[in-house]
Amino acid sequence: MAGCDDVLSYFLRRLILVLPVAFGVSVVCFMLVQIAPGDPLTAIMPVDATAEQQAAMRAAYGLDKPLPVQYLIWIANLLQGEMGRSIASGRPVAGEVFGAVSNSLLLAGAAAVIAFPIGTFLGFLAGYFRDTILDRFITALSITGVSVPNYWLGIVLVIIFSVNLGWLPSMGAGPGGSQDWHWDWAHIRHLVLPAVTLAVVPIGIVARTVRALAGDILSMDFVQALYAKGLSRGDVLRHVARNAAATALSVMGLQLGYLLGGSILIETVFNWPGSGFLLSNAIFQRDLPLLQGTILILAMFFVGMNLIVDVAQAAIDPRIKRT
Amino acid sequence: MSDNLLEIRNLDVRFKGARNVHAINDLSLELKHGETLALLGESGSGKSVTLKTLLRLLPEKRTDLGGSIDFDGTDIMTLSGKRLRSYRGGDVSMVFQDPGLALDPVYTIGQQIAETVMRHKGVSREDALDVALDMLHRVRIPSAERRMKNYPHELSGGMRQRVMIALALACRPRLLLADEPTTALDATVQIQILLLLRELQKEFGMGVIFVTHDIGVAVEISERIAVMYAGQIIEEGTTREVIRNPQHPYTQGLLAANLHDVARGTRLDAIPGSPPALETRPDACPFAPRCPLMVDACRQALPPVQRPGPRRRVACLRAGEAIPA
Repeated sequence: MAGCDDVLSYFLRRLILVLPVAFGVSVVCFMLVQIAPGDPLTAIMPVDATAEQQAAMRAAYGLDKPLPVQYLIWIANLLQGEMGRSIASGRPVAGEVFGAVSNSLLLAGAAAVIAFPIGTFLGFLAGYFRDTILDRFITALSITGVSVPNYWLGIVLVIIFSVNLGWLPSMGAGPGGSQDWHWDWAHIRHLVLPAVTLAVVPIGIVARTVRALAGDILSMDFVQALYAKGLSRGDVLRHVARNAAATALSVMGLQLGYLLGGSILIETVFNWPGSGFLLSNAIFQRDLPLLQGTILILAMFFVGMNLIVDVAQAAIDPRIKRT
Repeated sequence: MSDNLLEIRNLDVRFKGARNVHAINDLSLELKHGETLALLGESGSGKSVTLKTLLRLLPEKRTDLGGSIDFDGTDIMTLSGKRLRSYRGGDVSMVFQDPGLALDPVYTIGQQIAETVMRHKGVSREDALDVALDMLHRVRIPSAERRMKNYPHELSGGMRQRVMIALALACRPRLLLADEPTTALDATVQIQILLLLRELQKEFGMGVIFVTHDIGVAVEISERIAVMYAGQIIEEGTTREVIRNPQHPYTQGLLAANLHDVARGTRLDAIPGSPPALETRPDACPFAPRCPLMVDACRQALPPVQRPGPRRRVACLRAGEAIPA
């Protein structure tokens, strides 16, 4: 039975299972600094610093303590929202990551809003009219969408819409390199090209998934039984959609995760001040605290997304055992 | 108005595609109000196709239909849109072979029955759910209130088939089509479902066409039997007539191949060979290659239909002759 209590207790159980995953992720993020070649201090210390100066700096950053202790200190700070300071800019990591991740969320959300309805619609059409010209056309379109490198597509779109037509800006998240997002036309104009570019791959993936789902479900016996009890085509399609929903949603949820973390190239092409952009800067500048913080937050988003998908799936599909 | 509920005249069904299949060839059949007919035949004889044609469930693009079907004065072949929808499930409904596959897995049982009632009777959701609950009681599902909120996968096969029957009868159809409704069930459950169907038939008074390959089931449920072979009806009569005095060699073979009254250790009399592939329309007796009574004339033309009694017919040149042991 799809009782609310059932779903809630399922959610809590999944949440408990997420804790070890979160712990693992945090350990990996923490160890990143230790594994990385080179000493982070050499990047900020003057070349001619004495051994005493280096030791003092090491102590100041707590790098002289044993690893488990360092980890506990790091976690304790994290839980208070303290993620250290960026080595390159000297600003708090938490603020940098928060700003970047919310920009990325905005971009990923916009791409999802474009991609999921279009992908679902195309996939449903292709699945319903399977093996017709329409199906082949949509299939070709979605394979192209998945296969075209999206940074290349981004550059092409910039050439067409920014350089040649001059309709849309090609760089940044707002006029004059503004970092603060506002819901006005000047800012939304900046969102269009990167969001559309980013949406192309998930359109293809969602369309392929929904096509396969709809095709499979339409060929099942119960569809004929639904027609036999006198339902209209619209009613039957509603049943099919409900049957496909759980799987389709899980694919979309994971896609949202990829959109958030996997947009490094797009953010670089469009100079979008998001997490991918921040990540690539942090890598090039060997800014380990910043890198650590960004990866940790993105990984936690992914874990959280998976949790939401799991619970949503269980809430929709009664066949998924909530035990 | 005749007293026939259903009249099928010269029905032809041909599936087009990479391979053509002449599934139904010149089939005619009548059913009176409240009558129970068993459509008996082996796999591929066209029993299920006949039922699906009656509900117009075959994919239109890949099917050629010929002949006429008259249901209580309505021409079924030309129905479309709203009238077709109110005919399906309202006038005629169907119980499928495997209830595990024929129920929508993500809707509760109550919702699925109520949905049909709402579409056909135009009643509110609450009233429809009341009807659904009443139907679950009528098909003798224990603790029906609780079952309303169950999903199909939470029920046993027998319970699911009861749900399927409740769903089919919820709008009081005048004709029930049952497509091997007991084949997918355990032997003990089969008998319960058969008894239930028989009781409900008496209670609701609808006509029933019951498709089966099991003579025992046909005897149990039906007043009349029509035996199908290669998309045709080769023998028809009351159940008693067909069982006591089978006239067609195929029917005789079927009865001889039955398990009852066979001494231990003796071989069953199976009919040798297999049914024809039906890639072309039969122009001679389709059973001739397997028939122990075959004569040359059987291979040259379709057998004449003989009518030894009222509503009794046999499509065989040598009808009524005994097969030599």
